[in-house]
Amino acid sequence: MPKNDTLQGSLDLLVLKVLSKRAPLHGYAIIGAIEEVSGEVLRVEEGSLYPALHRMEEAGLIRAKWIAKGPGRRARVYDLTPRGSKQLASEEARWTAVADAVQRVLKFA
Amino acid sequence: MSWIRRVSNVFRQRRLNREIEEELASHIEEAVEHGRSAEDARRALGNLLSHRERSRDIRLLPWLDSLMSDIVFGWRQLNKRPATSAAAILSLGLALGATTAVFRLVDAVLLRTLPVANPERLSYLAVSFVDREGHSDYSDEFDYPTFRRYRDQATDSADLMVIGIAARQDALLPLSGEPEKINRQFVSGNVFSVFGLQPALGRLLAPYDDVSPGGAPVAVLSYDFWTRRLGRDPDILGKTFRIGNDRFEIAGVGPKGFIGTEPGERTDVFLPAMMNAQAINSPGWTWFRIWMRPKPGWTPDQVGQALHAALLPKQIEEKQRILLLPAAAGASSLQRQYRQSLIILAILVVLVILVACANVGNLLTAQTAARAREMALRVSIGAGRWRLVQLVLVESALLAVASSALGALFAEWSAPLVVSLLRMPEDPVHIVLNVGWRELGLGIALAFLVTLIFGLTPALRASAAPPVGSLKGGEDPRSRRRLMNAMLAAQIAFCVMVQFVAGLFVTTFQRLVTRPLGFSAEHVLVMDVSATGEQPLASWIHVADALRQTPGVENVSLAGWPLLSGNGWTLNVRVPGRPAEPRSPYFLDVSQDFFATMRIAMRGGRDFRPGDVSGSSGPGASPPSVGIVNESFARTYFDGGNPVGRWVDVRRGQGPYTPLQIIGYVRDAAYRDLREPIRPTVYVAYGARTNSALLVRTTGDPLALAPLLRQRVAEAGPVFRVGTIQPQSNFVRWHLLRERLLAALSAFFALVALVLAAIGLYGVLHHAVTVREREIGIRMALGARPANVIRGVTGAAIGVVCLGLILGSCGGVAAGRVVQALLFEVKATDPEALTIPALILLGAAFLAALPPALRAARTDPAQTLRSE
Repeated sequence: MPKNDTLQGSLDLLVLKVLSKRAPLHGYAIIGAIEEVSGEVLRVEEGSLYPALHRMEEAGLIRAKWIAKGPGRRARVYDLTPRGSKQLASEEARWTAVADAVQRVLKFA
Repeated sequence: MSWIRRVSNVFRQRRLNREIEEELASHIEEAVEHGRSAEDARRALGNLLSHRERSRDIRLLPWLDSLMSDIVFGWRQLNKRPATSAAAILSLGLALGATTAVFRLVDAVLLRTLPVANPERLSYLAVSFVDREGHSDYSDEFDYPTFRRYRDQATDSADLMVIGIAARQDALLPLSGEPEKINRQFVSGNVFSVFGLQPALGRLLAPYDDVSPGGAPVAVLSYDFWTRRLGRDPDILGKTFRIGNDRFEIAGVGPKGFIGTEPGERTDVFLPAMMNAQAINSPGWTWFRIWMRPKPGWTPDQVGQALHAALLPKQIEEKQRILLLPAAAGASSLQRQYRQSLIILAILVVLVILVACANVGNLLTAQTAARAREMALRVSIGAGRWRLVQLVLVESALLAVASSALGALFAEWSAPLVVSLLRMPEDPVHIVLNVGWRELGLGIALAFLVTLIFGLTPALRASAAPPVGSLKGGEDPRSRRRLMNAMLAAQIAFCVMVQFVAGLFVTTFQRLVTRPLGFSAEHVLVMDVSATGEQPLASWIHVADALRQTPGVENVSLAGWPLLSGNGWTLNVRVPGRPAEPRSPYFLDVSQDFFATMRIAMRGGRDFRPGDVSGSSGPGASPPSVGIVNESFARTYFDGGNPVGRWVDVRRGQGPYTPLQIIGYVRDAAYRDLREPIRPTVYVAYGARTNSALLVRTTGDPLALAPLLRQRVAEAGPVFRVGTIQPQSNFVRWHLLRERLLAALSAFFALVALVLAAIGLYGVLHHAVTVREREIGIRMALGARPANVIRGVTGAAIGVVCLGLILGSCGGVAAGRVVQALLFEVKATDPEALTIPALILLGAAFLAALPPALRAARTDPAQTLRSE
């Protein structure tokens, strides 16, 4: 299991990636999706998700709307903005580059 | 878009909080639906409150949020100390309001430029001279022959313009049966083109309207008059109206905003100068100012030199000189009458605002004792330095805005009041007072600055000092007390200066009001009556007799003009065998019963009677042959002996001396001006005239009789026309206008300054007692007597007050020199002028010091020591 702070840096990337494939999702579903896709390896700290979502929303990477969810209940679902897609692409590229580099170092026997 | 939403989120916090909560709640519900227990889900999510705070800060502007709470908090802080806050707001507000009002007036009367092209290139001519008493003075009104001479001299170098003195005259407008007073101004034909003005309707006056005397009876209305009186009637062009005996055709309407060239007057119609036909070829009839604009390539100095060549040899011999005065802000007698007074008032009001600033400074500093603890507490629980500064900034801004708002209201109320004091209600001053945004902005900035400087010090000090010291209550108050004492000294010094100058003005006013006039102005009505053509004495007597028959009339007489009208007439007089006097005596032509009507006591001889040869003041009349003189005349020419029956020689202008017999001897009475000492005066017999002042003494209220008297004059003969009717007391009041204004305003400023200084002293002492409460308690526990305690607390303050008194007195004496010219029978060096303000201030200081001193004396040692 990765330590919390490692994930912290990549939480934005994960959220953006999940939203790019399965939008719109609410907070709980985002956590579920990340866990499911990563094969239960990555576990998102529930408490840090919402500030991250709100921050990305303020930055204009994702947008939120309220949808009705049964009588008298609603959920706040998130969706990627065009700016978010762009951000995702560059973040992904950067992550891949870093991961490759780490991989090469690890293979250095 | 995002920060706009964040700003708006600040104002929708409740909703924002609810949304965040709802989202977190739906998260938990979701978790429960997926089979987790609610408690587990909540634990996984962590501290809900801190999530909410974090998310909230992301979704709104934290600084704006804290600013909002600071404003609320600051307001609460101000409310917590209502006395101090109210004192600060009131004192700053009053001072700001007074300043705004005075500066708005200064702007309207002295500074605001005319709405014409290149006003800064305009100037007006004056001739400086030294009068017989050796005072240098200047005259800025000219006759037409002189204007011609100047114009011919400066044809190449400048445009010279006739700008008539605005005067009220009876006019009969189209579609109106009633004559009404309108303000007319004669101007030369080049004025509108030099001013670069465009008509709102029709055309403006042009050089071809101004060629021959009486040649072009056309008029241009001012836009203001056209709007106010004629409802912007577009069909007014070509219609005619009457002014006096002349009929004018309306040629056009002037541009919006141009109401003439005299601040204080509002011109209704502009007429060609040549339409003042009788005056065109009359030397000595001065009725206009000469304005000048240099032609391109010429400087005003060069034009002045060119004009100097047009002075008469006699003028050059008397060292008269041409002055060019700036005309960008117009030229009017109001400016001349009030220029110095307004500047002095402006200085006084600046002193008041300095007192107010020092006062607020002290009030805020005095709070520091309480404040320092609060600040230290904030620092100790982790408030940043900037946060403290922001807190103080907000409080300062609140104070500044509140006091500026109060000041603006006060100025709005007081400025028109001051304007109404400038002249008599019958002849009000017309000036446009600007809203005064500039003054208001300056006021807010000043208020903010003051409150900030004195509010910031404790904040910075608290955030710099370790909180422990302050929390223990052991900080050193001495440095702060030094600052407060310095401000108190300055405040008292300024206050004494204002008191002193106000005292001089109030004394001047009192001396003038209580000055014996020598006649009784009460119950006397002055009727300005003119006739078509010169009427013989008998006709005038007939009118007077008709009025005398009216019930309620006690006595009636005629005079060339009423006493204290500002008019004067002199003839050269010499007594055979005596050296000539440097000044000629005044003359006034009066009818029989003048002395009885005016209640001027006869000391000897007889009154005029029918058959006395008249000595009319009209031009070309023969010199008088009999006269009645006053006591001053007898003193000057006969060493105080009885002059009745004596002969003097009288000369009109450069004519021969002719003998005049003195037939009567009356008490002194003021003639022309209230300020000058009563001068030797010769009353001469009345004769044929075209206009007269009818003086009517009534038994009751004189104005109540006015309509009836007006009718009686009309019945007495169709040739007579009644102009203005006003009580004689108006002429007296007219001489007191400036003094009344100066006395009233300076006394008000003095009162404000005094109250502020007293509040300041109270604040300082109160603070001294507060911070030394523990010390006082210990001293009293050790046996100090209340007297010792009071001395200990007030000792320093007494020194400071005395220092301020001395500084202020020095400043006052220096200021007294500046205002000397406006004073009457009082000198800045009079001992009482200095002692009275000092005593008033000491009295106020005593009253202000009393409550804190008593509080110190009543300190209960047991209680004080226990409370620590």
